[in-house]
Amino acid sequence: MTEAEFVRAYEIVGADFTNAGRASTSIKETLKNMGLASALIRRVAIAAYEAEMNTVMYARRATMTLHVTPADVTIDVQDEGPGIPDIQLAMQEGYSTATAAMREMGFGAGMGLPNIRRNADQFAITSEVNRGTALVMTVHVG
Amino acid sequence: MTVTELARLVDGTIAGPAGAGPQEVRGGYASDLLSDVMAHAQDGDAWITMQRHVNTVAVAQLKNLAAIVIVNGRRPEADMAARAAEHGVPVVTTPLPAFDAAGRLYAAGLRGRGAS
Ligand SMILES: Nc1ncnc2c1ncn2[C@@H]1O[C@H](COP(=O)(O)OP(=O)(O)OP(=O)(O)O)[C@@H](O)[C@H]1O
Ligand SMILES: [Mg+2]
Repeated sequence: MTEAEFVRAYEIVGADFTNAGRASTSIKETLKNMGLASALIRRVAIAAYEAEMNTVMYARRATMTLHVTPADVTIDVQDEGPGIPDIQLAMQEGYSTATAAMREMGFGAGMGLPNIRRNADQFAITSEVNRGTALVMTVHVG
Repeated sequence: MTVTELARLVDGTIAGPAGAGPQEVRGGYASDLLSDVMAHAQDGDAWITMQRHVNTVAVAQLKNLAAIVIVNGRRPEADMAARAAEHGVPVVTTPLPAFDAAGRLYAAGLRGRGAS
């Protein structure tokens, strides 16, 4: 790859609801400071937030990495956690294994992964039970 | 309308030192589900909700919401109030239930804006 690439990684701690959202808001600020279009930033912000919250809710820890090139914005999330036994089921709108406490906070609508798919131009999810989940989502700049 | 005008319309108060808020209120969205707000709220919306915990602030920041309006006389939790103040997200508390708060704002001209 010859074109300039901006990379920044964020560490996310499972169950840390106090700091949840900080990585996504930082990503949004970063893209805004780069002068990217607000429509693109809106889509990346939604996808980043949903991915970040899923690792806070379900995983032990995660690394979320932002990659920006002139052509696209990619967010890569690798977590260590329980993994997802049935990805097709997890992708269904309304499906959630959120706890009662999470639902009380307004999580667990089962809309996070569908929100990511809707806002990303490319979206890939792979998972291994008892190891973790990897998510790559890309939004094109053009 | 301004956040100050919104607060007056719902018999509410602006919580914390964030003041009136820099942003014009251009619409509204009512929901207690965070991913639903992420999907459907629009830039400049006032968000009407029962939620009062710290994670609401990131949602408001990411969605460029004009204010969080907490209904039923509930107060923001301490860390929510602190985070909102830190990031300049206005928080309005109202004694009204969500239906009545939304009704007053709708009567004053605010609309929900074409959530898909
Ligand atoms: N990183 C992950 N690790 C393990 N399980 C996950 C992960 N991400 C999602 N899941 C599983 O997929 C389900 C659906 O996820 P999705 O984000 O769509 O909804 P949710 O998180 O339950 O609710 P919402 O996002 O609306 O608050 C989750 O309830 C959980 O069972
Ligand atoms: Mg989710």
